[in-house]
Amino acid sequence: MFDYGEKNRELFPETKSDGTVDIDLSSGKFTKLWHGPNHPGITGNMSLELTLLGDEIMESKTHVGYLHRGFEKLMERRRFINNFPLVCRVCVPEPDFNEYCYAAALEELAGIEVPEKAQWIRTLILEMARLQSYLMWIGGQAGSFGMGMVGQWTLWARDRVLQMFEELTGGRIYHIFILPGGVRNNLTEGFKGRMLETLADVNSILDDVERVLFNNAVFKKRAVGIAVIHPEWVDEYGITGPNARAAGIPKDVRKDNPYVKYGELDFEPVTGTDSDIYTRARVRFDDCRMTTGLIRQILDRIPEKGEFKAKMPSMLHWKIPAGETYKKAECTRGEYGYYIVTDGSGYPARVNVRGPSYTHAVTLAEKMLVNTNLADVAGTLVSLHTYPPEVER
Amino acid sequence: MGNSTKTSFKDVLYPFTVWKNILKEPVTIRHPEKREGSDRYRGFHTNDIDKCIGCGTCEEICQNAAIDMVPCEGVDTKPGDSGLRPRVDYGRCCWCALCVDVCTTNSLGMSNNFRWSVEGENRGEGNEANGTPDDYRFIIGAENKYWDKAEKGYKKPDGYDLTPPDRVQMDHLSVEERSDSFIEMMKGYSKEQAKKEADRCVECGICTATCPAHMGIPAYIRAIREDDLEEGLRILYETNPLPEVCGRICTHKCESVCSIGNKGDAVSIRWLKRYIADNVPAEKYKEILGTSDLAKNGKKVAVVGAGPSGLSAAHYLALMGYQVTVFEALPYAGGMMRYGIPEYRLPYDQIDKDINYIVSLGVEIKTNCKVGKEISLEELKRDYDAVFAGTGLHLGRSTRIENSDHKKVFQSIDLLRKITLREEIYVPEKIVVIGGGNVAMDITRSLARIQRQKYGQVDIVTTCLEPADGMLADDEEVDEAKEEGAIITPSYGPQSIEIIDEENVKGLHVAKCLHIFDEEGRFNPAFDMEDSQFYEADMIIESIGQASDISYIPQETQETLEFNPRRQIVADPDYQVKNEPWLFVGGDIAKGPDVITGISTGHLAAVGIDRYLRGDEK
Repeated sequence: MFDYGEKNRELFPETKSDGTVDIDLSSGKFTKLWHGPNHPGITGNMSLELTLLGDEIMESKTHVGYLHRGFEKLMERRRFINNFPLVCRVCVPEPDFNEYCYAAALEELAGIEVPEKAQWIRTLILEMARLQSYLMWIGGQAGSFGMGMVGQWTLWARDRVLQMFEELTGGRIYHIFILPGGVRNNLTEGFKGRMLETLADVNSILDDVERVLFNNAVFKKRAVGIAVIHPEWVDEYGITGPNARAAGIPKDVRKDNPYVKYGELDFEPVTGTDSDIYTRARVRFDDCRMTTGLIRQILDRIPEKGEFKAKMPSMLHWKIPAGETYKKAECTRGEYGYYIVTDGSGYPARVNVRGPSYTHAVTLAEKMLVNTNLADVAGTLVSLHTYPPEVER
Repeated sequence: MGNSTKTSFKDVLYPFTVWKNILKEPVTIRHPEKREGSDRYRGFHTNDIDKCIGCGTCEEICQNAAIDMVPCEGVDTKPGDSGLRPRVDYGRCCWCALCVDVCTTNSLGMSNNFRWSVEGENRGEGNEANGTPDDYRFIIGAENKYWDKAEKGYKKPDGYDLTPPDRVQMDHLSVEERSDSFIEMMKGYSKEQAKKEADRCVECGICTATCPAHMGIPAYIRAIREDDLEEGLRILYETNPLPEVCGRICTHKCESVCSIGNKGDAVSIRWLKRYIADNVPAEKYKEILGTSDLAKNGKKVAVVGAGPSGLSAAHYLALMGYQVTVFEALPYAGGMMRYGIPEYRLPYDQIDKDINYIVSLGVEIKTNCKVGKEISLEELKRDYDAVFAGTGLHLGRSTRIENSDHKKVFQSIDLLRKITLREEIYVPEKIVVIGGGNVAMDITRSLARIQRQKYGQVDIVTTCLEPADGMLADDEEVDEAKEEGAIITPSYGPQSIEIIDEENVKGLHVAKCLHIFDEEGRFNPAFDMEDSQFYEADMIIESIGQASDISYIPQETQETLEFNPRRQIVADPDYQVKNEPWLFVGGDIAKGPDVITGISTGHLAAVGIDRYLRGDEK
């Protein structure tokens, strides 16, 4: 429909064999542009240092540090239990994956068996977290291409999910619900019914979004064929989650290394083929739909009776035998992991958080953005679904 | 993958479907917002000020240092209550509610209210804003905030605790194994059990404030957790030179105020103390405690009575360099610990372990040397620089009912002493004990054992004025006595003893006790004579309390002494007797009566003697 013809590449400096170009800023041909840290198209407080020729990006550098609080180091100085209100803050939109990975790692090191019911509630919490995170992401993806309306709908739907979080955990954003040994409380009375109502509302919003976002000439024009991740980059760059699945590689920790109760749930990872912005959006959208189905499966299978927490020693003096482990989970953005080393004391000796945004927002984004258009930067970054706090733990 | 990536005419039309929402109401909530938080919402804190004991565990667990324990108007420091209350700084709080989860009294909760603005409409009554961060810092539950009485909000869920509520039980002899034997009943904690029990302590220190000797309880429990028993022993000896004894039979006032006891079982402080003392070999004590080479200062102090207070005074005086001589009337040192408490509760070799260490510090104990008989108090005053008297309560009190002076009516304290001395005592087939305290249980259980050894069966009735839930004896003592075959009949008071002849009694008449104290709080029991019982017995034992025998103090000195209503000698805070500066008193004749109070008075008196002999001002 809209065709402006090919660019005249002769005006551009020659691209060398390693993919870089010689940039001579004094030539006056190039423009330096800071994209972020508070640009609405940036997913959080992060900035890109772009070098442009016309409106085409010649080079991109990711700058982080705006959110650095030294989470990993702080954890080394707190009791194991006192890290729970801290780990969730590593990733604001999805605190529960932090809580789960941290708890699961400690449980493995301390040899604690988590009761069946707690496992199911954990699965539920993790899928609810995925659902509300995707709903926020859809708004961002549509907004980055100028469709503010979609974000308003999905944030309403997300608020419905947060309401359920509030009912279950007492908190809307930071739930602090998955503690070592299990979870903090039982389901509330009538939770299942209200959650199903919420899911119906969410699905109805998703239908609307499907109609106006994925059947939209503007979105297709802006998203199809843009910012392609080649399948061979997946292993090279450590790409995981929907970014890898949109390239046709069915990487999903839930399926590959089932944790909590995923082994007992019926689902297949959603994959795509084209690996552009549109496909990644499609994969996430379908994954979001699948999540509502998974929550229904979980609600049907949570046992009525049973302990929600294992018998634990005193959390004030909890010491964990020396050891090390890595626990991972599939968050909306890919593989989320905690590597924890203990030394027999009451504090972790070392914690390393593996957030998927680290690879996606730094090395991958720097590679992908070269030769794309300035107007596509926001859409590309949102399509990578990156959250800066987990880059700079 | 539902739809095609090819653009079609449909893709131009579909976006216009957003217009279908044009007639819908907005989903946003207009200000002022009236939305209520959920039932579990973690909003502003609530605290039941009367239920809270100020243990400070919330302050301890708060990783943001948002909670400070501060004095609170209308709250007084008293046993079991620090008098402090938590103040939360909402500039630091992250609403994680770990403070609520760890609260030892369940007084702390969170309301479902989350709005507070010093300028807004929710400004609380009586809280004037002064424009500082203090506007957002409250002693929760004490500043009349609108959420103080909120019923909804986060509370600690049932079945979820950050500290284990149940005590680690100690292994003990079964009823069959113990009921005809004087072998020690409680077996002591294993290392694993002790560490598990020590794990439950929240280190609030309310126990330390309550213990008469102010022992460093959280510190020695921490030493157990860290498996450093030598450090534990050093902490014990700072305030208590009789840890083997106290680890077994202390009245454990600490446990009755233990903060964890508010929502589960109190930490077994007494048994943890025993674990340390049991597991450090006696021969290593001097090395660990650094007492191998004590300097002498050349001054001499006499101690009358080798009971807990006398031994405690002797121990601390010896550490300070005094030459101490203890005069003991009976054949062995230990006082009531040895002659009042049966062997199945406190084996003699354990008393000896504690005493031998005190002797090893250079303390001389002269047994079979009764002051007032073998040697007079004047001689002690003449030959020593100061005298400490801790002679205890060795005279039994009588009920003074009809025929209570009969030959077959005995005092429990005399019988217990004879059992310790392995003297032959009269134990018939039917016995009645009058009394409901721990001594009554001691004699009941001792005689039940002897009855079982002699006759193969137990027939002993113990009766007391107090109702079952108000008995002075420890609950476990009463329960174990029942297990061993004794019959306990609370709420019945003795009326008269029926006799057959000069040599034999027939039994005891008792009547239902209506109340023990009269309206003015004086001991004046009233009985319902309609509800009376008769207990047949060949022997009746009175165990209703003991009195002191201070006849060794010369009459003219006695006349200068002051006594309180409980016939205890009134002394200064360091137990120096008024008008007789050379004389210090301690133990049951001055305070108590119990072992740990005796130990603390002995310690304080030792410090007082040191001050007196140095000539320092008080």
